Amino acid sequence: MVSQSTDHEHSARDADTSSPVFDRPKRSWMGQIQHLLHNNPTLVPVLILLASVIVFAIATDGRLITGLAIKITLEQVSIVGILACAQTLVILTAGIDLSIGAVMVLSYVAMGHLAVTYGLPAPFALLGGFGVGMGLGAISGLLVTRVRLPPFIVTLGMWQIVLATVYLYTGSQSIRSQAIDATAPLLKLFGERVSIGGWNLTIMGAPVIYAVVLMVLIFAVFSYIMRLTAWGRHVYAVGDDKEAADLAGVRSDKVVFSVYVVAGFIAAFAAWAAIGRVGSISPSSFAEANLDSIAAVVIGGTSLFGGRGTILGSLFGALTVGTFATGLKLAGADPQWVLFASGCLIILAVALDQWIRRISA
Amino acid sequence: MSARQPVLSGRNIVKHYGRVTAIDHADFDLYPGEILAVIGDNGAGKSSLIKTLSGAVVPDEGEIRLNGELVRFTSPMEAREAGIETVYQNLALSPALSIADNMFLGREIRKSGFAGKYLRMLDRKAMERIAREKLSDLGLMTIQNIAQAVETLSGGQRQGVAVARAAAFGSKVIILDEPTAALGVKESRKVLELIQDVRSRGLPIVLISHNMPHVFEVADRIHVHRLGKRLCVVDPKMATMNDAVALMTGAKKPETSMMAA
Repeated sequence: MVSQSTDHEHSARDADTSSPVFDRPKRSWMGQIQHLLHNNPTLVPVLILLASVIVFAIATDGRLITGLAIKITLEQVSIVGILACAQTLVILTAGIDLSIGAVMVLSYVAMGHLAVTYGLPAPFALLGGFGVGMGLGAISGLLVTRVRLPPFIVTLGMWQIVLATVYLYTGSQSIRSQAIDATAPLLKLFGERVSIGGWNLTIMGAPVIYAVVLMVLIFAVFSYIMRLTAWGRHVYAVGDDKEAADLAGVRSDKVVFSVYVVAGFIAAFAAWAAIGRVGSISPSSFAEANLDSIAAVVIGGTSLFGGRGTILGSLFGALTVGTFATGLKLAGADPQWVLFASGCLIILAVALDQWIRRISA
Repeated sequence: MSARQPVLSGRNIVKHYGRVTAIDHADFDLYPGEILAVIGDNGAGKSSLIKTLSGAVVPDEGEIRLNGELVRFTSPMEAREAGIETVYQNLALSPALSIADNMFLGREIRKSGFAGKYLRMLDRKAMERIAREKLSDLGLMTIQNIAQAVETLSGGQRQGVAVARAAAFGSKVIILDEPTAALGVKESRKVLELIQDVRSRGLPIVLISHNMPHVFEVADRIHVHRLGKRLCVVDPKMATMNDAVALMTGAKKPETSMMAA
């Protein structure tokens, strides 16, 4: 088929086809760790969580490992944890959502006012709150995919707009716990202790509230979605290399848009859970939730450049921050040290991520 | 020859980018079962032309026909659904995803029954099995683990995955954009064998390449692109590599003796 004159590479045909074997120096133990972490990205947040639990268990003479301490930690983590799940989706697309906490606050303000001020039945008030969360997500999503603004700018703007709306609309007034109890107790469902037909869910004797169960469920569902559905794989592909995903036939703008809507949907769940956990509807709560959720995702090993990371990692990230909070409190430290430690963890986590990434395949 | 109907043809295709004219009333014909090489100097508009055929670029003017029928692609997805698969120069692979994930990106297989229908669960096993079959069909099974990330593969292996993906799903036409540009001698050879293998199954191939020896080795006809349009179509048996280079750089005018029928 091919004549000798044009086949100038025929001499290559008889070449040795075995793979070359190089005399490679044995990997140092550091190199081995680097490889292990590269192949198992969730291992890092698990190890960080384990290490912080052990350190604080020792520092508090074991008081960290009591039912009460675990209960407090889990309850504290639950809201930020749910938001971190939403944040993970956005960050996996190489975006960021600075507004997610504010979206949650406006969602629960909507739920509360629809039920208490306007007297809507609780299920409709909840639907309204979900509509607010997903609607705001859709606005961010459209600005990112249609107007092609950077997610950082879009969500920075949305954060301020949404927060201002919250204060202007509520006049900085909270809705008291009793008012919710009287009109729409369903809104506080996730603050209740888990109890099914007389059986109570407890951890080491301490009761567990539904918000914690909700967080675990949301993480389980989204771990499944990310690993075993086409949409999940597309989110990774888009974050990894948007152009390649487009050419391979993924409608990446649709995927990114849907991620912001889904993030708003999860934020509305966090809103519902937050009403239960806080008890009242307070416009000034969760001011730190935007950044806390990002911290959990980053400590959880998800790359800010997109395409790499796991949903479960963010759960471990959130739990690590929670362990620091409870541990430092039990050890009698100034609460500001939590912020300090969280800052150190973020920088450490990103530095570790860079080091692992630097691996030569 | 003229009685044969082209599988894929373009007439009077025009594309402007702002004030730049990338394609200037270009024609294009691909016949059944052939390897058509497209050559041209940098900036001649090869890539733009190919992108209009693969759906990545929508032409401003002109018509494209697939098996004689007028088609209009507004996305690569539509061209793919019509049976035109393209292997882009950047391969369009997602480095962090596995080989199987990449092969099925955008056309995943779901499980049957409840899990697939309502939980939308992917059929990992089926996708990995088919991916493995397709790769071994093309003699690429030096890749041990189908679940390994594409970023762990060599350049040639990645090219192999991308070509295997195109061959597995392309039912009418396969377009390859510079498939050997980034490869070493041995890996290029493998890819060229792959291309001939695909042709022998009856699929026509469009090969865009700068590498004259590769073009002359495998092509049945050579489309020379110059200044945004088709200058001529050369028969590789009637012309030399020098002729081809002279034509695409404008050093020589087309001569009828070199033309493909």
